[in-house]
Amino acid sequence: MATTQTYVGQSILRKEDPELLTGRGRYTDDLSVTGMLWMSVVRSPFAHARIKGVDVSRALQTPGVVAAFAGSDFEWAGPLLMAWPVTDDINNPPHMPLATDKARYQGDGVAVVVAESRGAAMDGAEVVDVDYEALPAVTDVEAALEDGAPIVHDDFGTNRSYTWSLTNGEIDEVFSKAPVVVKERYRVQRQVPNAIEPRAIVVEPNMASGQFTMWSSTQIPHVLRTAMTLATGIPESKLRIVAPRVGGGFGSKLQVYPEEALALAVARRLGRPIKWTETRSEGYLATHHGRDQVQEMEIAADEDGKILGYRANILANMGAYLRIIAPGTPVLGGFLYCGAYLGDAYQVTITGVFTNTTPVDAYRGAGRPESTNAIERAIDALARRVGKDVVGIRRMNFVPPFTEPHQSIGGLSIDSGNYPATLDAALGMFDYEQLRKEQQARRDSGDVRQIGIGFSTYLENCGWGPSKIIGNVLNYAGGGWEAATVRCHPTGKVVVITGATPHGQGGETVFAQVAADQLGITPDDVEVLFGDTDISPNGWDTYGSRNAAVGAPAVAQAAERVREKARKIAAHELEVAEDDLDWTDGAFRVKGAPDRAKTIPEVAFSAWTAHNLPDGVEPGLEGSSFFDPENLVFPFGAHICAVEVDTETGKTEVLKYVAVDDIGTVLNPMLAEGQVIGGVVQGIAEALYEEATYDESGNLMSSNMANYGIPGAPEVPSIMVGMGSVTPSTTNTLGIKGVGETGTIASPPAVLNAVVDALTPLGVTQIERPASPENIWRAIRDARGGAA
Amino acid sequence: MIPAAFDYVRAGSVDEAISLLGSHEDAKLLAGGHSLLPAMKLRVARPSTLVDIGRLSDLSYVREDGDRVAIGALTRHHDVANAEALQQLCPIVAHAAGQIGDPQVRHMGTIGGSVAHGDPAGDLPTVLLALDAEFVAQGPKGSRSIPASGFFTSLFETALTPDEVLTEIRVPKAAAGWSFLKFQRRAQDWAIVGVSAVRSNGGVHVGLTNMGLTPLRAAGVEEAVGSGADPASAAARADEGTAPPDDAFGSAEYRRELAKVLVRRALEEAMA
Repeated sequence: MATTQTYVGQSILRKEDPELLTGRGRYTDDLSVTGMLWMSVVRSPFAHARIKGVDVSRALQTPGVVAAFAGSDFEWAGPLLMAWPVTDDINNPPHMPLATDKARYQGDGVAVVVAESRGAAMDGAEVVDVDYEALPAVTDVEAALEDGAPIVHDDFGTNRSYTWSLTNGEIDEVFSKAPVVVKERYRVQRQVPNAIEPRAIVVEPNMASGQFTMWSSTQIPHVLRTAMTLATGIPESKLRIVAPRVGGGFGSKLQVYPEEALALAVARRLGRPIKWTETRSEGYLATHHGRDQVQEMEIAADEDGKILGYRANILANMGAYLRIIAPGTPVLGGFLYCGAYLGDAYQVTITGVFTNTTPVDAYRGAGRPESTNAIERAIDALARRVGKDVVGIRRMNFVPPFTEPHQSIGGLSIDSGNYPATLDAALGMFDYEQLRKEQQARRDSGDVRQIGIGFSTYLENCGWGPSKIIGNVLNYAGGGWEAATVRCHPTGKVVVITGATPHGQGGETVFAQVAADQLGITPDDVEVLFGDTDISPNGWDTYGSRNAAVGAPAVAQAAERVREKARKIAAHELEVAEDDLDWTDGAFRVKGAPDRAKTIPEVAFSAWTAHNLPDGVEPGLEGSSFFDPENLVFPFGAHICAVEVDTETGKTEVLKYVAVDDIGTVLNPMLAEGQVIGGVVQGIAEALYEEATYDESGNLMSSNMANYGIPGAPEVPSIMVGMGSVTPSTTNTLGIKGVGETGTIASPPAVLNAVVDALTPLGVTQIERPASPENIWRAIRDARGGAA
Repeated sequence: MIPAAFDYVRAGSVDEAISLLGSHEDAKLLAGGHSLLPAMKLRVARPSTLVDIGRLSDLSYVREDGDRVAIGALTRHHDVANAEALQQLCPIVAHAAGQIGDPQVRHMGTIGGSVAHGDPAGDLPTVLLALDAEFVAQGPKGSRSIPASGFFTSLFETALTPDEVLTEIRVPKAAAGWSFLKFQRRAQDWAIVGVSAVRSNGGVHVGLTNMGLTPLRAAGVEEAVGSGADPASAAARADEGTAPPDDAFGSAEYRRELAKVLVRRALEEAMA
């Protein structure tokens, strides 16, 4: 059946922007409820300390303070949800919302104070007297696995949480016989996600009915509702979770946080509404961090650089507790240490490690920026070893173009791909030969400022994700489908209800585009509702680039069901058989007499009045769907970066950046381009600027925006985005892959490879992340034999 | 974040401000507030009373005064950066003021606040130290002039007494040759290391930012230049007498080397 595609593929402006850009968006912190109290969390200043006593009496004497509770004052129905036990023998400590025996990271909550104002709650929190016995702390994954290291969870007797591994092919044989083996070691430094809107929570109890409403700045209201039931025992039927406008998440709000359970428990206990809003510096301690891996990456190859095998050994820092999908986060990259390349054997081993640090979990890209860092930098090392250029070595190892699913050596069944096409398109946009000439001229003249060019021809997996696979193969506790309802109002306006929870991606716009095309109406006729478990009861929310890849097909399927019902009614009203109707130009038209037609709004009115419906057709015009994909989706692309490095100071400037991403069908090119640009900027930040560091005692040194180092507009160039290659996904009928994370996945190694390329004449072959001025200065000094 | 509780009074004149400082224990002056208020919000600073002098517009001016340029202590960085008298007669001050923070900071922060805060990472204190500026302070016993060389006494500490108000900054005319190099990772950051070089009587004055507890003069460099050394060999002495911090922005070791590179570049620019 032909559908009239009108809006999908167009750069229409965001439906949500008039509200957001004029300050009319309501975020959680904008909400007040009559009788509301403020909560403040008392946090451990020590990274590791025994809690010998908590005395809240001085807090209770503080003006405005209503109540104060230590961890032992709460009884929980269960721990905070950890949904991804990647192995059967994983060490998974139950994580209670407040610590009672030991504080295990700086910022671990030990008590809460509740007061009539936010200031009073903070005043009270300052005078809660906690008797700590400070213990030695460990923050580094390698140190944590050494004999005699401080043990974060005493019961386990080890800081090892799990070891997950995957082997394909004759790995030992391939490596022992290979003429060339390159072995690289990378540290993927810890990141602070820094969503622009800090976390915030408001809980309103109805003590008569036993119903609770929680507004939270979360990416996952649906998952959170289930998790809150598990933690507090309040049944899901009595819990309404609302994620109002949410100002970004990047994975940091894909979490079930202690404060959410605490606000609910305190509201139930006091019978009064409770509000908590994180301060920015509090968020640096208490909102989960990202990355933090030590990687050993090996490639086996022949003398020409043809790759034979891949072997990676990863130590992944989990922080002090296992948060919701923390163990699985590195595993999301576990099938991608071969990148977009061929090979005969593959082995990845990932060990999750406890440390006395803020828990680590998903951060934009989640596991795939880490694997891409390893393979895209190691392939450059291979090129250097065998004397090939970095473009040629990629071309000779690419999986050739394919349109039917390809079984990768990493164990994935990849939907479709044309890796050389994105590389060709990116080179075409980059003015590559000219920059290489300029680079040579600077090398020849010994210029203080050297130029480098770096590549990243990445492949990723996203669109989380077929329920059967993530459950049965990956051991994930949740599902991966998405739900949608399309409801036609009597006058023909349409409401789309999605189980996705967009929080900045533009989901309202693209879902409206998809529905409009299916129904022959305009996106302006469509309202998209989401983020409230009473309005949208079913869903798995937004993360893992699944809005477009899983959410949109669900909307399309629900709209198609509406249209199929409408066809029956239209045929009846036009007094023809259903088969005699064509769906063209946004209406059902009688074959051979296209002026005899019915639009969806016309049918919606008939369905509402129900005066003249065909036999067996119920009133109303509404359709729902649960879309569960058969597979993940696999975006890929080529990113090229040019940098200029001041070889005396180590300061790097990004001169030029080209990104060509193949994301299958593009729903809205403007929004896709925005996703790529934002992701690339975030990745440049990761490559050059951002690092969360701890001192020996476990104090977070990069503790706020002043000393953490998020670059601003002056530090990043304009990013040139190309969408020149489109290989539709075979995973969903719309052909969509996903674009939310490609930028952060692809860009760090492109930038780091460019820095190393710039410094090659100085003998530098390796750079620590981030490639800060000091780290570059050290690399140059070390290459020169220790003298700067 | 929410500061600890404090009282607030607005002074209508410098004299009233001085008297309010004298009558309130632990009182602090509030000018632009761009250093003090963040510290209070983090509850690192907990003054009992804020004496707001931000509206004393008679302390906002830039004017030529004999062989000097006089700058009112409450002149905002934006106005310092755009003062014609400074751009022509002492351009390093105008230039440096234009490099502070971001536009919002430059429209609120004041030159007097920057000086009185005594932050070794601040831009203007080093410039003013290199220029041998004078700071005019008014107290209960009248007015006095403090040379820059004796003003910055330790980390966040100055020669001002608790009941004194900094009212004016006086700089020499110095338009011959100068260089202001601020090395930072992001445009809005404090300097990891900063260098201010100003030609003076055939020699050069060199100030260092963030290389110790106070803004510093690179005495060894100045001496070497005075003895005829070229910029590269003079700059090799840039870290003499310094005690740079080790922090999230850079190690002490890196700062020492950075100072040498930047001083060489600054000398080359100032002497060109």
